[in-house]
Amino acid sequence: MRVMAQMGMVMNLDKCIGCHTCSVTCKQAWTNRAGVEYVWFNNVETRPGQGYPRRYEDQEKWKGGWELNRRGRLQLKAGGRVKKLFGLFANPVQPELKDYYEPWTYDYRTLVDAPLGDDFPVARPKSLITGQDTKITWSANWDDDLGGTTQMGHLDPIVEKVRRESEDAIKLEFEQTFMFYLPRICEHCLNPSCMASCPSGAIYKRVEDGIVLVDQDRCRGWRQCMTGCPYKKIYFNHKTGKAEKCTFCYPRIEVGLPTVCSETCVGRLRYLGLFLYDADAVTAAASVTDPRDLYQAQMDILLDPNDPAVMAAARQQGIAEDWIDAAQKSPVYALAKVYNVALPLHPEYRTMPMVWYIPPLSPVVDLLRDQGHDAEDRDVLFGAIDALRIPVEYLAELFTAGDTDRVTGVLRKLAAMRSYMRGISLGGEADESIPASVGMDGATMYEMYRLMAIAKYSERYVIPKAHAEQAHDLEEMGCSLDFDGGPGMGAMGHSPFGEASGRPTPVAVETFHALQDRQTSDSVAGGDTLRGRVNLLNWDGNGAPAGLFPQRHPTEPPAADADDAVAGASGSGGGS
Amino acid sequence: MNVVLWGVLPYVMFVVLVGGLIWRYRYDQFGWTTRSSQLYESRLLRIGSPVFHFGLLAVIAGHVFGLFIPQTWTAAAGMSEALYHFNALLVGTIAGVGTLGGIIILLYRRRKTGPVFMATTNNDKLMYIVLVAAIVFGLWTTVASVFTNTHGMTYRDTVSPWFRSLFILQPDVAAMAAAPLAFHIHTLVGMVLFTIWPFTRLVHAFTAPLHYLFRPYIVYRSRDRGASVPARSGWSNVGTHDRDTKKR
Repeated sequence: MRVMAQMGMVMNLDKCIGCHTCSVTCKQAWTNRAGVEYVWFNNVETRPGQGYPRRYEDQEKWKGGWELNRRGRLQLKAGGRVKKLFGLFANPVQPELKDYYEPWTYDYRTLVDAPLGDDFPVARPKSLITGQDTKITWSANWDDDLGGTTQMGHLDPIVEKVRRESEDAIKLEFEQTFMFYLPRICEHCLNPSCMASCPSGAIYKRVEDGIVLVDQDRCRGWRQCMTGCPYKKIYFNHKTGKAEKCTFCYPRIEVGLPTVCSETCVGRLRYLGLFLYDADAVTAAASVTDPRDLYQAQMDILLDPNDPAVMAAARQQGIAEDWIDAAQKSPVYALAKVYNVALPLHPEYRTMPMVWYIPPLSPVVDLLRDQGHDAEDRDVLFGAIDALRIPVEYLAELFTAGDTDRVTGVLRKLAAMRSYMRGISLGGEADESIPASVGMDGATMYEMYRLMAIAKYSERYVIPKAHAEQAHDLEEMGCSLDFDGGPGMGAMGHSPFGEASGRPTPVAVETFHALQDRQTSDSVAGGDTLRGRVNLLNWDGNGAPAGLFPQRHPTEPPAADADDAVAGASGSGGGS
Repeated sequence: MNVVLWGVLPYVMFVVLVGGLIWRYRYDQFGWTTRSSQLYESRLLRIGSPVFHFGLLAVIAGHVFGLFIPQTWTAAAGMSEALYHFNALLVGTIAGVGTLGGIIILLYRRRKTGPVFMATTNNDKLMYIVLVAAIVFGLWTTVASVFTNTHGMTYRDTVSPWFRSLFILQPDVAAMAAAPLAFHIHTLVGMVLFTIWPFTRLVHAFTAPLHYLFRPYIVYRSRDRGASVPARSGWSNVGTHDRDTKKR
């Protein structure tokens, strides 16, 4: 058993209102650069719908993910290593810009610069690719809220499949009864097929937290990862010629902050935390024959962080004590494995995705309410879940490789939680038969309710910091000047080119800790944490921190020196 | 003159090529990429690019065969000179025409597809001129040898011995000087191409990912590595220069 830690996310789809705040803040943070105008590391899709890029789930066309070969071993769906190399000169199945959309801006300048005239000036759309006038025909969320579904609903690969299997029995009714939002980021898979597709070996999984990243220096732009990822969450920066992807906001995660998408989610539907898993068992789990067993296989490699044997093995692998502690408090582990309500997206791709979803009960509830039923009565809800085959089949295609029983099981749990909690809220006796009917006890159901309904910030995001003493050493001190051709030997302050030369201090680490320090301490902040240097951006004007001015007489006691410095500061302020 | 061309220039080229590659590998990994334009246009690329690249691989194999293997070896293996040249001409012409055809498709695409043309830098344009010249003159040496009988027969006595002599640091300038003009031009253009190679997008050829065949599928890497990577120029803002400068 080789225990590894993995940062994971759970999204509660019942809470998603499709506001795209996560997408917009993510774009502002990561992809508002030339070359990635069309890229959304986080996007929100309306389902049913084609998704972004269009029809990405149609793996017969896009060849993403893994499949089992004749000998029952895992192989990339796009082909083995030799075949991939022969396809190097022109990727046989790479999405083009038109499969995403052509990014555009508006000619806003005309609004200001246009000469006086009879006509009101118009900001025309301009392509960000060619710079020419363009006609907007598609975007990352063109079919938002079922827009255009009467014409294009059949293009959703899952609608296609469900329809084929139900022999067109329900034609249009289906889209009218049922809609939900699906926010998507990179799945940070345990068995990533993008990584396996990369000819250069530039994509890697971090040992410490399992975040999958692209080494921008080693990527050579062969573009095989775009094909390899079945979720189409690796993008090509057409200006730099390199692949880019969701980073799980690793600079934030390292200092214990949630990702931008989680932090800004207005519905508070995202949960972040650790999984412990057995890295040696991943390949076997991804190779089970029946795709419907993949969900269970994935659950089986997740280890119980409270099991003493697992804890011992984790320590042996060098996982720190605070990380084991965080894994025990992990909300994602609780939702995925303890309560069994979070499901992986498309387990049939065999990539072992680590972003999980609690399927939405609301389409069922809404429908019942519209029909005048009591949508929180257990029996009504249970009956509806069983009767509404189409939404359940659709969800099953998304989350359980078509196994409707699993999805029904989760929906029944959510339904049971509703009725159970309604009973309690209305002051009645807790009806213990309700949790029992879905195989839970009342206490567990209440805990699940707390986590899903009222968990606070610190309960939703349980993120152990990357070992700061280590990070400090690695990123700031051990660092930065030792690269070839850098100013070289010696600390920053003694650089031959002055204090500001050399590599800038990583923003996240310095400013985050300094800010926290300043906000929580009563005295002058920042003196020792900044290694004797003073960052004026962090200076709160509260006295003169040591190091603000150079010591004139190194032998003098520092206190006197500080007094001098204050006097000197006010003096020079008056003079200027 | 001959000494400069065939005794000095090859070494200058070699130093620039190797030095340039080392320099770029150490200081510009971020710029070391194929700069693929498949995202913009795929249909023509999927015809042109494989034809060009596979043609080029065959051309390289032909050069290796023709330049490295002495006449005496093939003779010893029982291959007559006529048979050798028939083969060389046949394979060489097919490969050369394929390469040329491929790059013509690619250049047509580059010029005619708006976004691809916009993504073409001056560096690329210079590189394409030299690359096409090298291919055209190379094909010319091959075709010319069909019409002038002595032509093709001679390069194994002139160019090849000179080429091999470069590696033992005793360049056989006289042998190369005796070669026909077409070979002189082709060799010179070739040397120019190799000189600019490290500084163009052609560098991607030197990181052809053959190790893909042997590496494990899943790559784990510790956060520690890469933390000490120095800062580099990185990305630019949205609202590309090209559009803004055009307007003004």
